[in-house]
Formats: sequence, structure tokens, C-alpha cells
Amino acid sequence: MLKDITIGQYYPTGSAIHKLDPRVKLFGTILYIVTLFIARNPVVYILAAAFLFTCIGIAKVPLKYILRGLKTIMIILAFSLIFNIFFTEGRVLVQFWKIKITYEGIIQAVYMGIRLILLIIGSSLMTLTTTPNDLTDGMEKGLRFLTVIKIPVHEVAMMMSIALRFIPILMEETDKIMKAQTARGASFDEGNFFKRIKALIPILVPLFISAIRRAYDLATAMEARCYRGGKGRTKMKPLKYGKKDGLAYIILFAYLGLIIAARILWNKFVQVG
Amino acid sequence: MGIVRTKDLVYEYIKRDEDGNVEAVNKAVDNVNIDIEPGQFIAILGHNGSGKSTLAKHINALLLPTEGAVYVEDMSTQDEDKLWDIRQNAGMIFQNPDNQIIGTVVQEDVGFGPENLGVPTDEIWQRVGDALEAVGMTAYREYSPNKLSGGQKQRVAIAGVVAMKPKCIIMDEPTAMLDPNGRREVINTVMELNRKEKVTIILITHYMDEAARADKIFVMDKGKVVMEGTPREIFSQVEKMQAIRLDVPQATELAYMLNKSGIPVPQDVLTPEELVDELCRLY
Repeated sequence: MLKDITIGQYYPTGSAIHKLDPRVKLFGTILYIVTLFIARNPVVYILAAAFLFTCIGIAKVPLKYILRGLKTIMIILAFSLIFNIFFTEGRVLVQFWKIKITYEGIIQAVYMGIRLILLIIGSSLMTLTTTPNDLTDGMEKGLRFLTVIKIPVHEVAMMMSIALRFIPILMEETDKIMKAQTARGASFDEGNFFKRIKALIPILVPLFISAIRRAYDLATAMEARCYRGGKGRTKMKPLKYGKKDGLAYIILFAYLGLIIAARILWNKFVQVG
Repeated sequence: MGIVRTKDLVYEYIKRDEDGNVEAVNKAVDNVNIDIEPGQFIAILGHNGSGKSTLAKHINALLLPTEGAVYVEDMSTQDEDKLWDIRQNAGMIFQNPDNQIIGTVVQEDVGFGPENLGVPTDEIWQRVGDALEAVGMTAYREYSPNKLSGGQKQRVAIAGVVAMKPKCIIMDEPTAMLDPNGRREVINTVMELNRKEKVTIILITHYMDEAARADKIFVMDKGKVVMEGTPREIFSQVEKMQAIRLDVPQATELAYMLNKSGIPVPQDVLTPEELVDELCRLY
């Protein structure tokens, strides 16, 4: 059951998008999310969706695989739809007692739904095409400017990559502890919600103790191997921009320009007319 | 001059109660003087709590002496400017292989040490390749450490230290968590490093058969070095070893018992083969 959880799933196909510098992909994802929030009309949404599905096509990741990621946000999606449909003021279409559905509400709900779906698909495309290591490397280098405002970028990136390394180890450990506690008569799938939460305590306490012990050991081992923070450290795989990365940046900015243009033009002609 | 020396080394471990008052002062290491020649294979034997791990951590400057001094290549571990030189020269391997592997891919983990030292990228790749070759793990360089066996993980950890080009490697019970196969793998790797690359090895262990292959053994008890000598010299003193609750290799023990019951076998045999030879000579 625990083995099913995979964080930062990676789907290798060796496509052009997989080979891009992780910084490009990080920047692209952020830019894409921004454009989704700029969008206020159908043309922009169509453009955004077309762009995203073209990227998925290039990345050769099966659509089914990506759409699986949407399952987790179904509840949030449903909530935002309901709220938008019933609680937006405007021209009333249907009304029974105090509940009313407005024209603006439906529009708003549809937009919000599309926005959320594209947002999730867009960001999962990034994690599917970038290994966790590349991602932390990209963050470390791409966000280095944040050190100016005293954010320890190298340390955060190091912490993330160590966390990724220890996820499977701690999973295995949780499994072991669960079995050990089951052998002594504990049960984890009985009773109501609160009972189940309480049943987790005998798992969490030993898990935390062991995690802290591991952290201590690892820190000692890192020091013994001359780790002293990011200063003066060289990289085994330094990130270097290539030609395709430059091209990707150009495409991204062209896309941004297109979205902005679409929004301005729509406001000028359609809305007014 | 030895590569690793300690001079009147004392390390006090202060035990405090809940209010932070000093309850007791334990001397984990008590007046230890050792001198290790370059290229030697040293074993440190001792019971749990004999201070052998504490001593090991001093050589890598993870702990600093309460009194006395530790020198690695004539650099004092108390000299803060030399700290990183010392750690580069005296690499350290720990007991739990999982808790000392940092990378998510074998070769990235081996590269971690050289990265920290600021070695140029091309040379890192060179060193990683050589180090993996030296421990026989080249075929696994793209693997995730989680997919390896305990012995393989420990060999990766050794490669991680070898890539830093240390003159000396300290191993704190590297085989304690491994199965017999893993133990053999790791010890053979270590022996090979010692013989081929002339790396000084300081192996802390409580497996007698591992210690029997060393050039020299230090036996520790209650923080003190109580015996020092070649495996033959040490293990032939069966009674003294038993007094500090340490075993001797089975063949040695058998020779000792045969002697006691009146069969004149030499007491300094280490392996079953030697014992068989000696017995055949008698009859």
C-alpha cells in the first residue's frame, strides 16, 4: 500500500522536452501558470490548452498517464465548481427558494475548472519529464539570485535531494514498524476516523526516532566527507544552457506575447462590441 | 613518523541529569598513545563501550580531544585551518551503509566527496570512475543505492571515500550490519585497497577473523589500549583476551585447549589450516 505513493514521478521517454535544461522547464512552468491567471476569455484558454497539449505531444508522455494526476484534485475541483456556480452574483438563470444559478456563475465555474485542470497538467508535465535530481539542481542554480535576500538556496536544494533519497528508506521502515506493531496486536484499519488516527501513534513515534537518528548519522557522514555548505563546491554535472534551451526560451516568450495579445485584442473588440 | 599518531589522548564524556548538572564524568578514551605507520592494515578490537569508536572519530576530527592530541600526517586535529585537509586525508566509513549514502544514484554519491573538495568537473568523473573500479562496482554506477545489497552499499560508501584520495581510511565496524557474504565482499575490498593502493586501513571490528588478517592489532578495554601487537602475538594470549571478554579465532582457542590437555601444539595458530598442519606434524 505504501509502495504506491510516488513523489516526483518521472516518465522517461528521452524526448526533446526531457533533455531540456531543468531551469528552462522550471521557468516555463511558472510562466505557464502566470498566463493561466492572465486569461479571462475563451480564446486565451484555447491557446493555453493548445500549447500544453503540443508540449505533451512532444514529450511523448501518454495522455492517460498525465490525466491520472487529476484524480487527486477532483475534490478541490468539485468544491470550486459548486462555489462558483451558486455564489456568484449576476443575471439569474434558475432560482428555487434562496438558491440561484447565475449566468456569470456558470462562466466563472467553467473558467475556474479549466484553469485548475491546465495548472495541474502543466506542473505534472514538468515533474514527469525532469528527474528529481535535475529538478533540485535546476532550482539551486536557477534560484541562486534569492541568496541576495538571505534565502539559503543551496541548503534547501540539498535538503530536498536528501529527502528524495530517504523517501523509499523511510517507507520501508514504516512498513517494518507496521508489521512489528501488527504482530503485537495493533490494528490500523478498524474503528472510526479518530481511532484510526490514534492507531498511527505507535507507528509515528518509532518512525520519528529512527528518522532523527538517521539524520544525525548522515550529518556526521557528510561532515566526514568534507561537506561544508555550498561554498567552494564544484559540480559533477554542471548545468549548461545549450542551443535547444535558447530556442525553448524564445518559444516560451513568444507564447507569453501571444497570450497577452489575445487578451488585449479580446478586450478591445469582443467585449466592447 | 607515523601517519596517524595520538599523544596521551583523553576524551571525557560528561553525563548530565535532567537539570544539566554533571552526574558523572566517563573517560571514553583514557590516555591512549598509538602510532600507525603508512600502508599498514590495523585492526582495533574491543568490547562495546571500550572507546574504540570514540577513538576512530578523533582521527577524522569529528571529535576533539579533552586532553592530549591527535596528529594525522603531522597535522593536529585541533588546528581548525587544517580540518578539511585532515578529513580529506583520513576518510571514514560508518556502520550503517544507508545512513552515509547521500546521492540518489551510485556515481553521484561517489562524486559527493570530490564535489565538496572543489575538484574540477572532468577530474571528478575520472576519480569516480577509478574509485568505482577499485571497489568493483563499476557495473552499478547508474543504479539507485536503494536497489543494492548491504555489502554493495558499503562498497559504494568506500568508493565515496576513495574518490577523495585519502592516505588513510578509518572504518567503524563496517561489517556489523551485513550478512556473511556482504562481510566477505567488504573485507576483501578493503584488503585489496590496502595492498594495491597502499592505503592505510584502520579497521574497528569485533569479528576476530577480520582482525586476524591485520598487520597489527590494538585491543581496547575501558578506554585504554591494553594490548598491542601482531595477530599472532595477541591471539596467543587466550587467557588475557578472555579476561576482557573478547574471543579469539576458533582455531587459536582449540590450540589453547589442546595445549591445556597436554598436546603440545604451538599456541599462535590463527587459521584451521595452520592448526591441521601443526597437528599432522605431531602425529
